[in-house]
Order: sequence, then C-alpha cells, then structure tokens
Amino acid sequence: MLALWIVLGIIGVLLIFFWATYNGLVRLRNQVKNAWAQIDVQLKRRYDLIPNLMETVKGYMTHERETLEAVTNARNLAQQVSSAGAGARAQAEGELSSALSRLLAVVENYPDLKANQNFLALQEELTSTENKISFSRQYYNDSVLRYNNQTQMFPSNFVASMTGFKASEFFEVTLAVEREAPKVSFT
Amino acid sequence: MWEQIRSNQIRSVVLVVVMGTLLVLLGYFLGLYFFDSAIGGLVIALVVWALMSLIGYFQGDNLLLTMSRAKKISRDDHPRLYNIVEEMKIASGLEKIPDIYIIDDPALNAFATGRDPNRASVAITSGLLQKLNRDELQGVIAHEISHIKNRDVLLMAMTSILLGTIVILAWYGSRFLIFGSMGGSRRRSSSGGGGQAQIIILIVGLVFMILAPIMAQFIYLAISRKREYLADASSALYTRYPEGLASALEKLGASTGQLKSASQATAPMYIVNPFRKKGLKFADLSSTHPPISERIRILRAMAGASFSNYDQAYRQVHQGSGSIIPAAGLAAGSIPLAKAAPKTKVEEPDEIQRARETSDVMWQLNNYKTITCDCGTKLRVPPGFKETSITCPRCRRRHPV
Repeated sequence: MLALWIVLGIIGVLLIFFWATYNGLVRLRNQVKNAWAQIDVQLKRRYDLIPNLMETVKGYMTHERETLEAVTNARNLAQQVSSAGAGARAQAEGELSSALSRLLAVVENYPDLKANQNFLALQEELTSTENKISFSRQYYNDSVLRYNNQTQMFPSNFVASMTGFKASEFFEVTLAVEREAPKVSFT
Repeated sequence: MWEQIRSNQIRSVVLVVVMGTLLVLLGYFLGLYFFDSAIGGLVIALVVWALMSLIGYFQGDNLLLTMSRAKKISRDDHPRLYNIVEEMKIASGLEKIPDIYIIDDPALNAFATGRDPNRASVAITSGLLQKLNRDELQGVIAHEISHIKNRDVLLMAMTSILLGTIVILAWYGSRFLIFGSMGGSRRRSSSGGGGQAQIIILIVGLVFMILAPIMAQFIYLAISRKREYLADASSALYTRYPEGLASALEKLGASTGQLKSASQATAPMYIVNPFRKKGLKFADLSSTHPPISERIRILRAMAGASFSNYDQAYRQVHQGSGSIIPAAGLAAGSIPLAKAAPKTKVEEPDEIQRARETSDVMWQLNNYKTITCDCGTKLRVPPGFKETSITCPRCRRRHPV
C-alpha cells in the first residue's frame, strides 16, 4: 500500500514538473516571437523613413549621388529579403545601416541642410529608429538566449525534445562596419 | 535574466509580512486599551488599512501626478523624450509605452508610478530635460522603466500605505492613551483591579506603540534602498552604457535645488531623494536612497553591463560585503558594454537649445500659442487671447492668431 502511494507521489511530482516546464517553454517561445515582431516593426519604420529622408536631402546633396543611391539600393534589398530568416536579414539590414551612416557622415559638408528644421526632425527620428533597432535586437537576443538555454539544459531539455521545442536563431550582426559603432563626428 | 524579479519578490513579501504583523499587533493592543476586546482594534486597523490601500491602488498614480503638478505630453510635444522612453520600453521588453509627464520645476528629478506595467507613467522635471544630454536622459529613463518592469512601483506604494497606516494608528493610539489616563482611565474603571498581568500588557503595548512606526519605517527604507540599487543595475543592463546614468547622477548630485512639489511621503518614488542636502556622503538607516556618490562609483566600476558585473562592482566599492543582487539574477555572466558612442551618434542640441526647447514645451502645455516672427522674436499668445491678430513688439509686424 505504501509503495503504491510512493509511486503515485512520484508520478504526481513528475507531472507537475512537466506541466510547469512546458508552460515555461511556451512563455519563452512567445517572448522570442514577440521580440522578433518588435524588430520587424522598427525595421519597417526605417524603410518608411528613408524615402522621406531622400526627398529632403536630394535638393541639397547634389554631389553625393552615389551615397544616396547606395542607401536606396540597400533599403530595397533589405525590404526584399525581409521575409527571410534572421541570418540573411541581419546582413541586408547591416548594409543598410552602414549606407545610412555614410550618408549622415557627409551631411557635415552641407551647413544649409543641417539648419533645415525638417531634416533635423528626420535625423532625430532616424537616430532613434537605429537605437530602437539595436535595442529590440538586444532584447531579442536576450530572449533567444534564455529560450535556447531552457531547451538545451537539463532537465528541461527532456520536455523540450518530447514536445518539439527547437532552438532559435540569434540576430547577429554580420558586418564588420556595423559591429563597431559608426564613427561619425559632428563638430 | 528576469528571474531576479521573482526571488526579489519573495524577499520583499517577507518584509511586507513583517510590517503587516506590526499592524496587526498594533490593532490588537489598541483594541485591548480602548474597547476591551482585541478583535475590535484589529477590525479598525484592518479597515483603515484596506480603505487606504484601495485608494492607493486605484487612484495612487493620479494622486501622485496631480500632487506633483505633472503635465502629460504627447510625441509631438517633445519627440526626443518620447523616443528615448520608447527605446527603453523596447530594451526592457515592456508591452506598453508608459505615459510621459513633465513637472515644471528647475530641480533635477524623476519618478515612475502606476499599479502595473501596462498602466504606468514616468515623470521628469523640466530642469532634468534641460540639463541632461541624450545618453544621460536615457540612463535616467531606463532606471525609471526598470522600476516599472520590476514592479517596484506598486510594491513601494503599497508598503508606504502600510507604513502610513501604522504611523497614523500609533499616533492617535498613544495620544488617546495619554489623555485617557489623565482623565481616569476607562480601562482601569471597567476591568476593576486587573492585577500585574494587565500592567505588564499596558507597558508592553505602550512601548510597542512607540516602536512600531520606527520599526516599520526601517523596514520600508530597507526595501526602498535595495530597489534603487536594482534599478541602477537594470538601467545599465538595458542601455549597456552605465556611464550615461553615472554622469546623469553626477549632475543630479551637484544640484541642490529641492523639488517644491515633493513631500516626505512621496520621496522614495523619485530617482534621487528630493530633500537631499549637499555633502551628505554616508548611507544612514534613515535614508530612502543610497548616497549618490556611491551609486556613481558602483556604476563606473562596472566591467560589463550584466547584473553580475553590477554585483562585482558593488562588492568592490563596499570592500567585500554581501551581494546586492539576488543569486538567481547573477547567472547571466558578463555582458560587454557598448563603446563610448553607444549607438549612432547624432548631433545633439546643447544646453541652451535644450532650455529653449523645454520652455517651448512648457508654454505649450499651459495652452499658450507660440508664434515665431520673421525678426526672430517668439510671441507667446495666452489661451484667453481675444484679438484675431497680434503685433510683434520688436518689428511691428502683424501676425494672425
């Protein structure tokens, strides 16, 4: 009789462990998804800002055609791969970031542009969007790390493999240019 | 990384339970003295506490914001501030962006309020908006957001209400006791010769009534200080740039302007103590905040941005005393700091421009209309202005209103 109770007790404890771990995994996976959606929102916002920026800058920057084209091309390319996985996307977005920072670097040569209210407002938006992209990436990677740890570490890895939780991909920056904060000096 | 919230909650719950016990004991003694039944006192104590808690829970944030005369701003009023708050909302993983308020006061301070992360507000003074650059402001906002994220705001509000109830009850209790015994104690006449046991209870109760508020205050301050350290650590984690908050705190510490609209009751809500005095270096038990100089030294000693880096820095500054972050939060290891230019560096408005910007916002929040004349003069049109046009006092141009 006692043995039966012990066996039942062990089964009960196992069930509770399974239940708690499973729910924890689901919560983490949703957090990862949610964080990814956040990155997406910010990247889209950047796509939307770039045409406005081009429109404002065009009139002033008559000698910077290449820089402007590079930004537009990078933007279009990034938008095309926007449905791809984290790895491919990170590369395209990295290109866009560095093209943008090159553009903002040459603004220095155009004092008229720097005095333009419209441009200043756009520049604040763009800077903030860049920050938001990197903060959402930071949050996404933190979430992925926690989720992956949970799917790979003992003992929750048993529950994860039984119920089909797979590790997620980090959103790594693949470009050397982007990894170092762009050296833009405004004086 | 977020496990520390749970283990922190357990610790705080223990302290709150101790405070709750103080309240219950207080009610018990009050009941013994005034109603000859412990239950009566208990009921009164709990009803007073429950009423205050309900008001605090549902109206606490409104009360606090109204008392500090904070004005809500939208994105268009101050895009940079709004963007910074949104950036920190993203970094912390909050679901909803908190409402943003500005307090028209030259003192440098900020606070967060709201009963849950989805119904929260941050308020900063206009002085802060002028004095801090983008990185510093980001550090301060991250500190406030982490109070929201760690659910400190509700905890602190509820504990301060518990404290308030204990203080009020003990105050009235001891007054009544003194006046009561002068006019022939009701207790003595009704029980008719109680013996020694009753006298002992009387003395114990009186001593308790004097000590309870003080004990409650110490517990409250202990909770509050711990929360400040944790919020600093979280701020570094969110921004990956502890120097931002450190240099902001330096500016906050250097200014001695006291916040007009703060009171002793709302003091722990702010990022730095609004009643601080210059040159106060040592952490004493009666302070709601750790000393600013110490917070700065810890932030500057951080080798990385994670909680364990903060904990190391804390122990380094304190020469080997215990950890400040609960063990569960330390598992993350070291996280590299952002470089000196954390994100894309942008040309920043200097202090004069920021002051202009802030005063524009304040005029606008008071419903003044701003017209910029071609000669460079800014005309502030009051809300009740009747005329259809206004003349620039400098160049005599007419402007339609």
